[in-house]
Amino acid sequence: MHELGIASSILECVEKESRRHGGVRVTKVGVKIGELAGVDVDALQFGFECLVKETVWDGLVLEVESIPRMQRCPKCAHEFRMTEFDPQCPQCGEFATLCISGEELDIAYVEVNE
Amino acid sequence: MSRVEVEKKVLNENQILAEQLRERYRRQGLLCVNLISAPGSGKTLLLEKTLERMGKSARVAVLTGDLQTENDAQRLAKFGFPVKQIVTGGTCHLDARMVEKHLAGWKLEEVDLLIVENVGNLVCPSSYDLGEDAKIVLLSTTEGEDKPLKYPSIFFKSELMVLTKIDLLPYVPFKAEVAKENARRVHPRMEILEVSSTTGEGLDAWMTWLETRRMAKSSAK
Repeated sequence: MHELGIASSILECVEKESRRHGGVRVTKVGVKIGELAGVDVDALQFGFECLVKETVWDGLVLEVESIPRMQRCPKCAHEFRMTEFDPQCPQCGEFATLCISGEELDIAYVEVNE
Repeated sequence: MSRVEVEKKVLNENQILAEQLRERYRRQGLLCVNLISAPGSGKTLLLEKTLERMGKSARVAVLTGDLQTENDAQRLAKFGFPVKQIVTGGTCHLDARMVEKHLAGWKLEEVDLLIVENVGNLVCPSSYDLGEDAKIVLLSTTEGEDKPLKYPSIFFKSELMVLTKIDLLPYVPFKAEVAKENARRVHPRMEILEVSSTTGEGLDAWMTWLETRRMAKSSAK
């Protein structure tokens, strides 16, 4: 529901990066979206396409890397992909494992034509 | 063609504002909580009961967000504490700018506890940091026990879950134990309180939670 706002923030960031590099043409922007970020990737892509269409940014590609939720076990240091919201360490059985990724909502890179 | 690393938060602007608010709150020793739930889970009624129980000298203020109407602010204003409505005009969440704008005119140094009631929505508010010390998610017994599994983001980011409308438990198929287990699967360390704003059950524990956090914040100033 708020994906259009997120898309708009991504585009603002692209505009800033373009200006920072002397007005270069950005052709692609890469974002990282964690599975806990609460962002629907399809809705985000759709919103982004609508935003750039028939503007100076027409054709700008949004590439989304989905980041899975990873946990780290404080007892045995094992890192594992958390599925089905089961936090238990598959190696030693510890329940109180810590979330180390999956909350990302980050711009990773832009690709520019030089 | 070349690739330039950016490594920035998408919501960088919101994040910067949120950190500024957090710093203001820290300087004042003010506790800010962000109440989030689906529409109709009982945020406003819980707030009414909370304000009703506050002593006259309590230094509490409320910002309440909705898409339309000033109804909630009117409901909450009768307790005599500063209350402001944030009408988002269609936006499904509050962001840090809206909070900052609506704090204008209030003397924050005269406030110890700022309660922000977010727009009724379990999805979007989870992405926007408002500078709060804690997000609090409400889940009512008239919803499904699997809400934490369906909307993990907000349950993961909330420090406390308040299970509301527990007076209805004898009449609804909702199983509190299952809901709590689901919440802990998503967020093993989350604190959980059970309340009924109608009968008053559990409200003491809720008030104690707020007061304990408020005192901790104020003494860390």
